[in-house]
Amino acid sequence: MSSRDVIVGVDVGGTFTDLFLLDPANGRFQTAKVPSRRGDESQGFLNGLKALGGAAAIHSIVHGTTVGTNTLLERRGPKIGVITTRGFRDVLEMRRRDRRRTWGLWGDFTPIADRDMRVEVDERTLADGFIRTPLDPQEVRAAAKHLLDQGAESIAITFINAYANANNERRALVAVREVWPNEFIIASHEVLSEIREFERSSTAAINAYLQPVVASYIGKLETALTEQKFSGQLHIVQSNGGIMSTATARKLPARTALSGPAAGVVAGAAIAKASGFDNLITCDLGGTSFDVSVIAGGRVSLAAQTTIDFGLVIRTPMIEITTIGAGGGSIASVDRGGLLQVGPESAGSVPGPACYGQGNTRPTLTDAQVALGRINATRPFGGELKSLDVEAAKRAIVTHVGEPLGLDATAAAAAIVQVADARMAGAIRLVSIERGHDPARFVAMPFGGGGALHVSALIRQIGLKCALVPRFPGITSALGCVLADLRHDMVQTLNVMLDGVDAAALERRMQAAGREASAVIAGSGIAIERIDVQYELDMHYLGQTHTIAVPLPVAYQGDNLGVSEATVRSAFETAYLGSFSRLLPGLAMRIVSLRVAAIGRRPVFDFAVFAPSASASLEKARLGSRPVWFDGGWRDTPVWARLELPVDARIAGPAVLEQPDATTVVEPGLAGRIDKLGNLIVEPA
Amino acid sequence: MTLDPVTLAVLNGRLVQIADEMDATLYRSAFNPIIAEAHDACHGLYHAETGATLVQGTSGLPIFVGAMAFAVKAVIDKVANDGHLETGDTYIFNDPYDGGTHLNDFRLIRPLMRKGRVFAWIASVGHWLDIGGNVPGNYNPKATESFQEGVRIPPVKLIRAGSIQQDIVDILAANSRVPQSNWGDLNGQINALDLGERRLHTLLDEYGDDTITAALAALSSRAEALMRANIAALPDGTYTCDDFLDNDGITDVPLRIALDLTIAGETMRLDFSRSAPPCDGPLNIARSTAIACCYVALKHIFIDVPANAGCLAPIKFDIPDTTLLAVSAPRPVAGYTETILRVIDVIFGAFAKVAPERSQGSPFATINALSLAGWREHRRRWIMFCFFGGGLGGNPESDGLNHSNNPISTATIPPVEILESLYPVMFTQWALRPDSGGPGHNRGGLGAIYEIEALAEDGADVFLIGERGKFPPFGVNGGGPAALNRFIYETDQGEETPPLISKVTDIRIRHGQKVRLETPGGGGFGDPATREPSRVVRDVQLGYISRDAARRDYKVVLREDGSLDADATAKARAGTPA
Repeated sequence: MSSRDVIVGVDVGGTFTDLFLLDPANGRFQTAKVPSRRGDESQGFLNGLKALGGAAAIHSIVHGTTVGTNTLLERRGPKIGVITTRGFRDVLEMRRRDRRRTWGLWGDFTPIADRDMRVEVDERTLADGFIRTPLDPQEVRAAAKHLLDQGAESIAITFINAYANANNERRALVAVREVWPNEFIIASHEVLSEIREFERSSTAAINAYLQPVVASYIGKLETALTEQKFSGQLHIVQSNGGIMSTATARKLPARTALSGPAAGVVAGAAIAKASGFDNLITCDLGGTSFDVSVIAGGRVSLAAQTTIDFGLVIRTPMIEITTIGAGGGSIASVDRGGLLQVGPESAGSVPGPACYGQGNTRPTLTDAQVALGRINATRPFGGELKSLDVEAAKRAIVTHVGEPLGLDATAAAAAIVQVADARMAGAIRLVSIERGHDPARFVAMPFGGGGALHVSALIRQIGLKCALVPRFPGITSALGCVLADLRHDMVQTLNVMLDGVDAAALERRMQAAGREASAVIAGSGIAIERIDVQYELDMHYLGQTHTIAVPLPVAYQGDNLGVSEATVRSAFETAYLGSFSRLLPGLAMRIVSLRVAAIGRRPVFDFAVFAPSASASLEKARLGSRPVWFDGGWRDTPVWARLELPVDARIAGPAVLEQPDATTVVEPGLAGRIDKLGNLIVEPA
Repeated sequence: MTLDPVTLAVLNGRLVQIADEMDATLYRSAFNPIIAEAHDACHGLYHAETGATLVQGTSGLPIFVGAMAFAVKAVIDKVANDGHLETGDTYIFNDPYDGGTHLNDFRLIRPLMRKGRVFAWIASVGHWLDIGGNVPGNYNPKATESFQEGVRIPPVKLIRAGSIQQDIVDILAANSRVPQSNWGDLNGQINALDLGERRLHTLLDEYGDDTITAALAALSSRAEALMRANIAALPDGTYTCDDFLDNDGITDVPLRIALDLTIAGETMRLDFSRSAPPCDGPLNIARSTAIACCYVALKHIFIDVPANAGCLAPIKFDIPDTTLLAVSAPRPVAGYTETILRVIDVIFGAFAKVAPERSQGSPFATINALSLAGWREHRRRWIMFCFFGGGLGGNPESDGLNHSNNPISTATIPPVEILESLYPVMFTQWALRPDSGGPGHNRGGLGAIYEIEALAEDGADVFLIGERGKFPPFGVNGGGPAALNRFIYETDQGEETPPLISKVTDIRIRHGQKVRLETPGGGGFGDPATREPSRVVRDVQLGYISRDAARRDYKVVLREDGSLDADATAKARAGTPA
């Protein structure tokens, strides 16, 4: 694709599928929101494209998907087989010897490959890479045939110490391919060439579990797109926020686990940057959870792994998203010790909050917002319901919170919102202050349906600089699909001491990994402006088992990156002091692994297309007023149509700003203004 | 000062978050895998005068959660004696009889000073890899005095007004086989205290000292109210449970752990006076440790009670010093983990009589502290020290979890690949152990088999403290017991098992020889003859149980091809009283 091609971002979420179309040639954009169909996610996708006028005129589609995550959570993937080192078939089931909760000993665990679908073969590699027992291809073929007979649709090969030497795994791959009827074969070193057998095996097995599902999903989409005369390319967003080709997605579907949310963070970063903010915290308030992610100095934070559910670990670089169980559907209750709790139990979207009138009678956070007049009960967003039942919300609040605490409906609702605000503030504190970031330099960016209701409180409680409510908060993830760069990550375990390190050899490895990752980007067929390669080492003092991420400030000068023992040492010490208060002089340092990311930069998006039209005016935007509860009293509060506000409009709090997919509450003492790109900035008045 | 419920909920969250963050800081910067990977550590905030637990992290090792209050009290007494405390002072100690647990657990305790006075204490505890004694790693199963277990440090000022006393660091370093590891862990703990102190000052500045004081008092009284409500809901009466430790590592005589649990209204009495007297070997514990593990057991039963001292207020303890559960110096205590697990078991066992529908089969309940040790070049020590897993008990909700950690811990096990990259060993098996879970309507979870080969030219010394070699984890509500713990080692003459089963020292395996540990599962829940035959058949297919066990324990008969023989099963079950 070229920078002038029509591109569409499609984010299939749990409730809605959002689409964002951009035609860079004339700056035209278009959005669509259609219901998602759980279990057949391609339906929402295709319906959404229809709403945009069909696929024929589109050159490129980038897709954020939850198919992989949902398949795992609901365990609706296929039967898979696993071939392991003799003595180790139970690694997947034994996990890291953990349990579900600190307190309480109940509950069990079902691995994604049953014990009779995991077969051992004779082979063994030692920690130093020495192959102590070579592989017998005949035995591997027999194991694969057995698993096939037992109904396996895909297969993972997970050998001990394959990170140190993948030769046995490679030979096993060859042997399995000779008998395996499809492309769904993966070896652990292909998904992650990193030490720790459970995490690597789990990632490989999950990958095998998702391969047939994701491949069939992509296949279905591609067939339907072809029928719709789509002649461009389909791409998938990865958990690291970069996009990949569908070929890579079929091979490494474990990398799609956080596809949708990652796209949202990417969009957040781009929107903030265009408005002149480099430090932000994205806040996504959904029905059951509140997800936050930090972008500091324009860089998204990456995490090394995530746990999808107890015992289901995916280890691959992904955007770090911190989640707490507090969403609009979170249920408020008073525990037997008399303490008010909001969440983690949730009414979800079905039956949903009490005000939905769909059978739930326990109060949720949304009910409290409705009772306080913050959400417009006559125009709920999403478009499914005609109106909200305010009285049902109040009844639920009085019965379950008001009476136990001796509060009336309004005071109880205010208490629920306050406790929820505090939990959200806690999550933000966790990713900002507790990582050494000064909140006064950060802006909060709410997206998703409900985040903008809470930004005023978050600014106040945490001392954030301001909040930036994007022009279209409800379609942020779809927008992120359009904006995302290409990205390919690689990890290699090195395990070498820094003292006397062979810097030339390290340089060669980095260059080779950089070239390999860049080749994946270059081969994806997507037009890019340039490829950036980032190099990072995982390091520690010898004896520590955890590592810290050490970004290397290196760049090509001619043919050389300029890696030296001194640059690595200084980079390590800088990173270490960023995390801990004391260096340990005199102790040896070790380089555990090398992480390389190749990033294919996409053309910069011009957010001016979102600017309010010249005809926007305060008069058009004024919607009247209604009573809203603030700081212990009802205030007659002006209500504005947010999208009708002109550039530089300034609205003093208290105020409520409404738009089809979000409501922003501006508390007294704060004010909102519209910037040149149509963003709403809420800041101290 | 009374606080509104909203502020209280907010402050509760903030305080717990600070403790959590201290935990995370130490895990990430610690040196030895027992802290870094297995999270054998804990942080919290403690009362200025009494040392009572005010706030605990959610990820700290459960047993420390109960024990830290006693450790802080020991420092408070020491300060009262010394009469001088400054901002920036920090005490260190590992004395197991004075609020400690065993010698490996080093506590760092620092006053949080506000306006020249102690507002509260912040503390960090972590398990150091080695602190001298006869056995690398300090799990000496043959110790008869504390002096054979390691070096005992009373509360001393490690940091004076912000400056570390190098003398003390040097003494600690000179008394360990792995001084660098300890130095790294010590720094990790200081990192955690520094961070906790900064965060707490910020919080106090924001809300005011009086508000936080009021919040801490209110949280404690709420925990007490919740605990009283929980106890009041149980039927009054006295319930008894006795269990045994295999031996004390010195003589092969079982040691009784006996509990008489009395519920009267909203109070509970835990009477351990019928337990065995102090023993010669390292299976004794101090009274503070005994109370701490009662706390752990009760938290597993009453999950919703917050982790502070308030929840112990309605509990009365009878733990006389005539028992092995309240010893003083220099009785050996290195194997304390085994004894506290048995104390927890008898509380679970007695509770199963109080409320069978809310109970679970006994967990595998042995720590299996196995060390392999040897020498690297230049006479440098290597010590591979690890705790191993087993099964949890069957419960009303589900079968027990396969291969889990013990109730006193949330420790994860280090990966095989990490162990093999650090030490000259090779694991030849890391597997679930068939037939190790206790039979039941809901089966106990499976224990594991770990087999390790020595790769070093000069082999490896082997040390082990484990239990459950004679008295298996019990089932409840009609469920059966799990398999016993087994330890096997290779000699030139073939495989052998130690005379005291899971207490091992003075064994050396040669290059290429192996040791094998087979751990218990959890006890079963409910009558195994009521387990749906299809679930039993599936267990056989998966290799969780053998055909013999299906027939013997579950009265389920399989055909040659592995399918259910419904008629034979019906007959076998008809012959069994339900």
